[in-house]
Amino acid sequence: MSPVVRKRGEKFTIPSKYLLLILTIVCCILMVVTFSTNLFSTSLNSVAGFVVVPFQEGISSVGTWISARSDELGQIKTVLETNQTLQAKVDALTIENTQLQQEKYELNTLRNLYKLDEEYSEYKKTGARVIARDSGNWYHSFTIDKGSDDGILLDYNVIASGGLVGRVTEVGSNWSKVTSIIDDNANVSAMVLATSDNMIVSGDLQLMEEGSIRFQQLVDSADKVVVGDKVVTSMISDKYLPGILIGYISSIDKDANNLTKSGYLTPIVDFEHIDEVLVIMQTKEVGQ
Amino acid sequence: MRRNIVFTLMVIVCFILQSTLFKSLSFGGISPNLLIIVTSAFGFMRGKKAGLSIGFFCGLLQDIFFGQAIGFYALIYMYIGFTNGIFNRFFYQEDIRMPLALISISDLAYSMICYVLLFLLNAKFNFGYYFKHIIMPEVVYTILITIIIYPVILLIHKSLEKKEKRSEKKFV
Repeated sequence: MSPVVRKRGEKFTIPSKYLLLILTIVCCILMVVTFSTNLFSTSLNSVAGFVVVPFQEGISSVGTWISARSDELGQIKTVLETNQTLQAKVDALTIENTQLQQEKYELNTLRNLYKLDEEYSEYKKTGARVIARDSGNWYHSFTIDKGSDDGILLDYNVIASGGLVGRVTEVGSNWSKVTSIIDDNANVSAMVLATSDNMIVSGDLQLMEEGSIRFQQLVDSADKVVVGDKVVTSMISDKYLPGILIGYISSIDKDANNLTKSGYLTPIVDFEHIDEVLVIMQTKEVGQ
Repeated sequence: MRRNIVFTLMVIVCFILQSTLFKSLSFGGISPNLLIIVTSAFGFMRGKKAGLSIGFFCGLLQDIFFGQAIGFYALIYMYIGFTNGIFNRFFYQEDIRMPLALISISDLAYSMICYVLLFLLNAKFNFGYYFKHIIMPEVVYTILITIIIYPVILLIHKSLEKKEKRSEKKFV
């Protein structure tokens, strides 16, 4: 006799192994569908955004408040100690400051050379708050509190404290998911500002906690790239706008093939403590 | 009906807490896995069916917000819930050792599956590093959190069971 039989006076139920089979098939279909189309990105996202996001916004602020208070308590002692040393430093810094004033002129001329400054302010930007982080420990993506209602579109670039954070990879009506450049499966086409040599910057889970990112395939036949050089997004990237600062080269090695170089760079952004980000309201125009 | 509402609320509350509060309280970038605790606990408390359906919804939520393909985490969580449901026969409310063991094994299994499917197949072979820095800390932190929130889940389970028995009696 089949187990899926309705007896009189009994509620109709499916045995758990059949339910498991059915849901497994459903999951597999869903996976195939999400890989081949973007059918769910609108409907499911808006439902989830309606139910979950408002709570995340509230509780997220409570969580940051609590961690800020606990940090404060731990810091009071060290603050008292550092206060004395800092006082001595102030004098030294005043002298240094005058030197830096001179260097500032130099910097301004260099900036004009690359027109970086103008390009940054040219982009229309909007501020957003980080309300939730990836619930697993394997990837480094987070949700922000702005979505398609605020004009956010897929692949908009996200920056914070002057450096590249990542790009928008999913959009709901009032939230969107940002995948950061240190995420394990993120790759950014970048270039060294001084020499315009292109390279690939790829995130890595192993390096995440050291706060550095790996770069590969740097073609530098003239041997001009040195530690400390600025790395910005390249002109040829099809997702990222050109000239956004990523970080500084912290170490550089020659690859085994003697043609390319690879190494590590230190990002500008402190990915552990991102609370507010800026979304650049412009996608890169790529000739289709 | 009441049971379904309670389950849905539990899952949503846990997901929200995990992606917000526990992320701010994480140690070294590692946060506990509340969803595994809920999935596993309801699995061995209420049987295979409850386990697999709760696992399915936990995974689905994670998929929608942070997954690359909808259905991936849902599948993993669902099987974990179902497997825990098999141990329903050995479940006694007074005993806390079996729940702790089951939840930690579930979290270990979840992390292993994630590593194999998402990283090993992506040519990241340094298993030692991932085990030491991601998997173990997560399991330990999850066990600690389990000790705190397991009594709450048990309480919810007991009160649900009591209400269900009462309504059964009324029916008879």
